[in-house]
Amino acid sequence: MLKALFEMLSYPFMARALVVGLLVSLCASLLGVSLVLKRYSMIGDGLSHVGFGTLAAATVFNASPLLMAAPVVMAAAFLLLRLSENSQVRGDAGIALISNGSLAVGIMLISLTTGINIDVYNYMFGSILTMSAADVALSAVLASAVLAVFVLFYNKIFAVTFDESFARASGTNAGLYNSLLAVLTAVTIVLGMRMMGALLISSLIIFPAATSMRLCKTFKSVTICSASVSAACFLTGLAASFLFAAPTGASIVVANIAAFFIFCALKAGTRIARRTKQSGA
Amino acid sequence: MVILRCRDASFAYDGNEVLSGLNFEINSGDYLCVVGENGSGKSTLIKGLLRLKPPCAGEVSVSGVAAGEVGYLPQQTAAQKDFPASAREVVLSGRLGARGILAFYTKADKSVCDENMRRLGVYDLRGSCFRELSGGQQRRVLLARALCAAKKLLILDEPAAGLDPAASRELYLIIEKLNRQDKMTIIMVSHDISGALQYSSHILHLNNSRLLYFGKTAGYAGSAAGAGLVGRRPDA
Ligand SMILES: Nc1ncnc2c1ncn2[C@@H]1O[C@H](COP(=O)(O)OP(=O)(O)OP(=O)(O)O)[C@@H](O)[C@H]1O
Ligand SMILES: [Mg+2]
Repeated sequence: MLKALFEMLSYPFMARALVVGLLVSLCASLLGVSLVLKRYSMIGDGLSHVGFGTLAAATVFNASPLLMAAPVVMAAAFLLLRLSENSQVRGDAGIALISNGSLAVGIMLISLTTGINIDVYNYMFGSILTMSAADVALSAVLASAVLAVFVLFYNKIFAVTFDESFARASGTNAGLYNSLLAVLTAVTIVLGMRMMGALLISSLIIFPAATSMRLCKTFKSVTICSASVSAACFLTGLAASFLFAAPTGASIVVANIAAFFIFCALKAGTRIARRTKQSGA
Repeated sequence: MVILRCRDASFAYDGNEVLSGLNFEINSGDYLCVVGENGSGKSTLIKGLLRLKPPCAGEVSVSGVAAGEVGYLPQQTAAQKDFPASAREVVLSGRLGARGILAFYTKADKSVCDENMRRLGVYDLRGSCFRELSGGQQRRVLLARALCAAKKLLILDEPAAGLDPAASRELYLIIEKLNRQDKMTIIMVSHDISGALQYSSHILHLNNSRLLYFGKTAGYAGSAAGAGLVGRRPDA
């Protein structure tokens, strides 16, 4: 197993995938805690579809995918945030409209020009082969920036996530931190989309947080646990995809699903253990 | 010194006015109790004073109190039922408003937090998960958070709701001390008329979306507004 892993890293594209993927997994899992708790999980999903539309447009117009997608997805993030702040029901519908709309426009653009080719397939389901060295450098820098901002604003993000009106009342600029979350999420999604695929990237945001909330009961432990679970699942998924020649994004998601069920089982296990202890005593 | 002023302020939800034409001033050092029956708009007024809800007409002005000097206890917390957070994490977040953009807690923040948790008898629960506390314990934790945030102004929406008698007596004493010794301005929504009469300096009575009484507590019992309520046992 270990030998296989070393062999895997001897391929430069795998080493690149490892660096970028690990950073993106960490970003996604950290932001995910806030997004899931704020009931914003759908925003991640919506953004990834907008990302797909933009990538499709970038292919058609021969523009740099990363540079074109980042600003568009950021703008969409602000829009979706506004929508979901204003009204629960309308917000939900709005997100669905935007996300499916951009998916449809993306597919139209492609089928009218190049047709569904391997590039498009990769955008939807992800590929680790598509990243150039320059992509990797840019991704690493952006992802590190996201991580740094998250750590610096950790306490504020907690306050705004836990009780926004208290945070506002006691002088925290909640709007600013909500926007910050939106921007960071947009950047993370754009970075992760190439590897994970537009259809799978949002699971990187939702799964680790949902998994660690099975067992952890403080915000700090949930945050740390999400990051660890996410990193572990990424490594497992990447290794599995290399060993079994399986698609990377899907392998990582499957690893996350496995982790989720393991945590559920652990939770049930601790509950049973407690009950038998109580009845025994 | 006037720190809060409402001029013809009205508040509405989706175009339905629930408070209209409010005119009053709150001075620094006042201890104001807001009373009125359920649905009379007390919580709405509180949100208006905190600028969480803009008035649909008129204006609410605040002076001499920075946003980071206000402590607030909401009537209901928006926080989700399954939120993972320890009691201490919640109380500590009360210290954030006063911090700048980069917010790391200092030793002083932590000791203020622990002191307030002891005051409200929740220090032993500090490591517990907030969502697994009882309703009254959660209330006390949120009160400790409000005390951590308050420097000049403390706004409490039904602080005694759900507290046992000993805890609510203790709470009144803590608030009185803050008001007397630290000259903190207190605005408190309460259904406990006798407590309001005993401790507050001013009373604001809302009824049917209007201000029925605003003035010194001493004059309240003799007013038309007070006559109906004073002497009656509080329902809560
Ligand atoms: N979010 C809301 N949307 C629509 N109407 C609302 C909303 N919140 C309050 N209202 C309405 O505004 C009026 C005043 O509500 P408010 O919560 O201010 O009353 P209150 O005096 O605090 O009552 P209580 O003693 O029960 O806490 C009520 O008639 C209520 O129906
Ligand atoms: Mg109320």
